[in-house]
Amino acid sequence: MAAAMRVPPGIAPTRFNQVLGQWREVVGADWVFTSDADLDTYRDSYSPLYGEPTERRAAAVVAPASVEQVCEVMRIAYAASVPMYPISTGKNLTYGGSAPAYSGSVILDLKRMNRIIEVSERNAFALVEPGVSYFDLYRHIRERGLKLWIDCPDPGWGSLIGNSLDHGAGYTNAPYRDHFEAHCGMEVVLADGELLRTGMGAMSNAKTWQQFRYGMGPMIDGIFSQSNFGVVTKMGFWLMPEPQCALYLQAEATRYEDGIPFIDTLAQLSYQDLIGSQTHVESPIVGYPVRPDLAALRADQTESRIPALNEYAQRNNLPFWTAPFSLYGPEDVIRAKLGHIRSSFEQIPGARVRELALLRFPLSDEQINAAPDKPRCGIPNLSYFASRFAPGAPLFEGHIDFSPIVPLDGRTVLEAQRIFDSVCREHQIEPLGGRMLMYHLRSAALIYAIPVGRDAEANRRARAGFSKLMEVAAQHGWGEYRIHPAFMDKGVSFYNYNNGALHRFHERLKDAIDPRGILSAGRYGIWPRHLRNPK
Amino acid sequence: MKQLALLLALSFSMRVAADEMPTISWTWRAPGATSDPGKVEFERACSICHGAGPDRPGTSSLQIKYGGKLPALLEQRTDLTAEAVRFYIRNGIAMMPRFRKTELTDAQVDEIARYLSRKRPAAAR
Repeated sequence: MAAAMRVPPGIAPTRFNQVLGQWREVVGADWVFTSDADLDTYRDSYSPLYGEPTERRAAAVVAPASVEQVCEVMRIAYAASVPMYPISTGKNLTYGGSAPAYSGSVILDLKRMNRIIEVSERNAFALVEPGVSYFDLYRHIRERGLKLWIDCPDPGWGSLIGNSLDHGAGYTNAPYRDHFEAHCGMEVVLADGELLRTGMGAMSNAKTWQQFRYGMGPMIDGIFSQSNFGVVTKMGFWLMPEPQCALYLQAEATRYEDGIPFIDTLAQLSYQDLIGSQTHVESPIVGYPVRPDLAALRADQTESRIPALNEYAQRNNLPFWTAPFSLYGPEDVIRAKLGHIRSSFEQIPGARVRELALLRFPLSDEQINAAPDKPRCGIPNLSYFASRFAPGAPLFEGHIDFSPIVPLDGRTVLEAQRIFDSVCREHQIEPLGGRMLMYHLRSAALIYAIPVGRDAEANRRARAGFSKLMEVAAQHGWGEYRIHPAFMDKGVSFYNYNNGALHRFHERLKDAIDPRGILSAGRYGIWPRHLRNPK
Repeated sequence: MKQLALLLALSFSMRVAADEMPTISWTWRAPGATSDPGKVEFERACSICHGAGPDRPGTSSLQIKYGGKLPALLEQRTDLTAEAVRFYIRNGIAMMPRFRKTELTDAQVDEIARYLSRKRPAAAR
């Protein structure tokens, strides 16, 4: 017996059936999904609500293959007020995956829109559709022997557009590693099916769409990131020309208290553009996973623990702090920069900068396969997930990331880490990471990957800990840069200056741009009028 | 872990002899370079996780799961049924998410399933 058709909230089943029929005429019957088996593939595999009544589930899926089809699908949805939720590759795992923020939405799956429309070697940019992954663009460039790099996040299976719109980041030089910062030009379908282009793309015969962002008049690109104001169907990205060399380096410091000047030095070197790449500060002593023989010391919140931690590091011949980074360019320029970088770190007693590897480009296939820390030279891969498996460790099923932005100064970063470590311990959650990352240009992101899975009780504990971490962060004036849909309302609630004026402005925009409120209800806390309070 | 990877990179050299190189299991060669469509699909969609090499999460996971009792590399397995392969692609397991029809069509899944079950004795397929 066929299972009952799922229907979006507020839509009559007969009307929804009509809509499904209209969509089938637009995209073909094979690309409208309504069966439980098909819809199950859209569940968020890393949902902290997995298997619970509040898990966010889709009512149906429609998968267009072109922008013309997107416009038509949206016109049909708008006429019937069907809630829609666009996804690109659906691999934003940790931050929602391919599931909607509002249960009962229809997923607008853009994965079939996977055309790489243009890659310009001369002017170092690419224009792509939402279904193009970092792997796809890398292969395209590699197959053609273009002297260009991509900048990819840890997992390479995601969408350039999707990652950029959620403010994702990677590893190579600024501005390329801040993926929204590196975009130039958008094509957007509005809720009612109208098509627009931003920047120079607003000219019908534009010749510099991917070369000049601003066009003329207000620059509106930002309102389509972390929002629900439009369906982005094309985006341009600036690419880094392939450098002659990459030198992988690691700065190290030996004592807990050195963390303060260590982070401050990294920040100053980045501000001066002597270090252009991403870097992050980790610690084998106060990072994660917690070493069993350090658990008691880590729980001690008094200053007296610090000499003991320092002594442990020294006894085990471990650096207290490490920070990998990389320099790109001609080798003589890299060496000159390295001299300045070394002398800066050597102001800290015992600190040093080690050379890990020098890579010369282009790489052969064999060299690519053997290259260490691949995202640092723009090679997409999935090694990030490999680090989640260790002999004897509990089965790792998924994670949600607590990602607060804190001031980029050493004293604050160390204090924030101590505070978050304490909350994690109180809530019996053992995150991975906890490192300080310089993803974005002028701030530190502390990222704690909190395990979630199929165990409802463990998920409940993870959610409670996650909530507490957010609250503690907000008390200090630190907000998250990105968040799972289960926590979006709470996340934006802390951005409440002047009685939430910014959020109220977002709602005014929502009402004006999408008056029927059909696009991505609830994404980043922006609800259409008919769904505001209660949530 | 990233730190470990970097420490391992200390021994990294661009002049490693060719026979010391790990097997290339993720390639960007044009379709048609191999005549088996199942292998093409496997390399395109699966090998980045399930190929050979230290940074392939699927292989790392199965290495730990089976402890050497079964090959960690799916291409070396002789016990996989096409049905099991189809199931795991559409349902995921552990950290492996589900794969949708827009990522892998039923026809592509069938090719991968046939390819990975090819070594299973015919009578047991």
